[in-house]
Amino acid sequence: MTNALNRRGFLAAGAASAGALAAGSAKAANPFEPKEWGQYLGAGVDDEPYGTPSEFEAHVVRRNVPWLTADSVSSINFTPLADLEGFITPNGLHFERHHGGRAIVDPAEHRLMIHGLVDKPLVFSLEDLKRLPSVSRFYFIECAANGGMEWRGAQLNGCQFTHGMVSCCQYTGVKLSTLMEMVGVKPNGKWVLAEGADAAGMNRSIPMEKIMDDCMIAWAQNGEALRPAQGYPMRLIVPGFEGNMWVKWIRRLEIGDMPWFAREETSKYTDLLEDGRARMFTWVQDCNSVITRPSPEKPWLDRRGFHMISGLAWSGRGAVKGVDISLDGGNNWIPADLEGPVMPKCLTRFSLPFEWQGQEMLIQSRAYDDTGYVQPTFAQNRSVRGVNSIYHNNSVHTWHIKPDGGVENVQLV
Amino acid sequence: MTLGLTGLLALGLATSVLAQDYQRPSISGIGAVAQPEQIAAWDIDVRPDGLGLPVGKGTAEDGEALFADRCAMCHGDFGEGVGRWPVLTGGHGSLTEERPEKTVGSYWPYTSTLFDYIYRAMPYGDAKTLSPDEVYALSAYILAENQIVEYDQELNQDNFAQIEMPNRANFFADDRAVSEAYSERCMSGCKAEDINIVSAAPELDVTPEE
Repeated sequence: MTNALNRRGFLAAGAASAGALAAGSAKAANPFEPKEWGQYLGAGVDDEPYGTPSEFEAHVVRRNVPWLTADSVSSINFTPLADLEGFITPNGLHFERHHGGRAIVDPAEHRLMIHGLVDKPLVFSLEDLKRLPSVSRFYFIECAANGGMEWRGAQLNGCQFTHGMVSCCQYTGVKLSTLMEMVGVKPNGKWVLAEGADAAGMNRSIPMEKIMDDCMIAWAQNGEALRPAQGYPMRLIVPGFEGNMWVKWIRRLEIGDMPWFAREETSKYTDLLEDGRARMFTWVQDCNSVITRPSPEKPWLDRRGFHMISGLAWSGRGAVKGVDISLDGGNNWIPADLEGPVMPKCLTRFSLPFEWQGQEMLIQSRAYDDTGYVQPTFAQNRSVRGVNSIYHNNSVHTWHIKPDGGVENVQLV
Repeated sequence: MTLGLTGLLALGLATSVLAQDYQRPSISGIGAVAQPEQIAAWDIDVRPDGLGLPVGKGTAEDGEALFADRCAMCHGDFGEGVGRWPVLTGGHGSLTEERPEKTVGSYWPYTSTLFDYIYRAMPYGDAKTLSPDEVYALSAYILAENQIVEYDQELNQDNFAQIEMPNRANFFADDRAVSEAYSERCMSGCKAEDINIVSAAPELDVTPEE
């Protein structure tokens, strides 16, 4: 690089070294030599009005599994859990699940209608909603099918794919109890149909009791407007319940006296059992957990010595009360530390320091919540459900730590 | 330019409210009353009791050509499915098999769901373009291909919700709180038998590459 002020040159050099790192450069890095960034000027404050991650973090992205669905429009991608810290999912890494693609909605042309068994049906613009008293709450959202590829055996090698249909954000919006008070729900108004403005017209029935308890219409996520992928300009928040009910691009709430039995609560999102019967209205995301480090993405390759075992736990019923870690495939368990804050229906980070001497291990996490519910094993879940229920797999998960520190997704008997 | 003393005083008097005088207002005047025509434009949902079914009619015979034209590219000429797109027909009696085939005929509990879904979301990528008569006809075709109605049977707003779906009795409400009330937190010697690996993801080799 000859021109000290040549930003393009600086960026090109950065990209080249990023490529060299990825390719496993033969030349050993020497952090103690003079560096371009220590000599030449970086970009100015007008360079990037909306910031982006470091180019050296370009591998931290959502990924999908192409063979999982017929196309990428009605499909899902996965949050890279192994690279995340704490319990908040950055907005650009929040998993996406669309049934008719990512709708681009103009807020000026968007309205939320509340009607049906009410005294006064109302229509709200985004600006109307923002004038109302709002709350900001931390909640996880999890697709009911998270872990659904693992029912018949270990299939996908990475916690992004085995557990990445979960994210956690701070949502800002108006409580639905506020809106319901404004429209005046009639005594027989026991169910609410939530409907999206997208090409799928996503619709789900939600009991009024839940609506009044803690549901929200959110317009912001992690302090900024919702991303289009998450329902901009507004989405339904249904804490602790399966992600499909969190209707994005929400445009309508109809109050009724019975559920609607929409496609996504009959044909899909029902849990087929071995005897041919099927559970419906399986809304709650039961207590679940996953170790994100070590994991297939974060192996301990030839790195003996001190490590932090770290992971995420959550429960749709309430707060995580504790997490136990087994190193021997579930025979013996050690209580892990919870890294606060611990909030109900929110991801909770757990960790345990560990001195690894190169031994083979079968490492598991098992969470329990403040209702007393303990995360079950695959054997327990399969004994009740068989292997064709697709949804709500919250079984204790196993990573096989090999003598070289490599990590594989395995299942045990 | 500075504001004169008189101006400051006047401004202060006009806007100040003592805490003891402050009254928290209730919410009012936000949102517009939904007009009947606005509700009618959006209220397209259909329930199992038939509430919401629009006036209209159609037979499987009416629906056959329409299905070939607008649905078969994904669902196949007879609802058998193309590639990984949803299979709509067949699968009867397969729900207890190793690989169940959950179709409209073998799985869905209510006909109303078929109308509701097609009317709002199909054809995929060209949603909300079908008339009520076309949705009755396409629904009739799918039901006829599942041997649930006759090909010449007219379906309309009065009889559509009366059609019984064969798998309806097999659905029941979530009972996990009772049937899966796991509460034992064993801490040591939890596995009586040997622990063996029975499956490992790398063997399948279906994880997407970078």
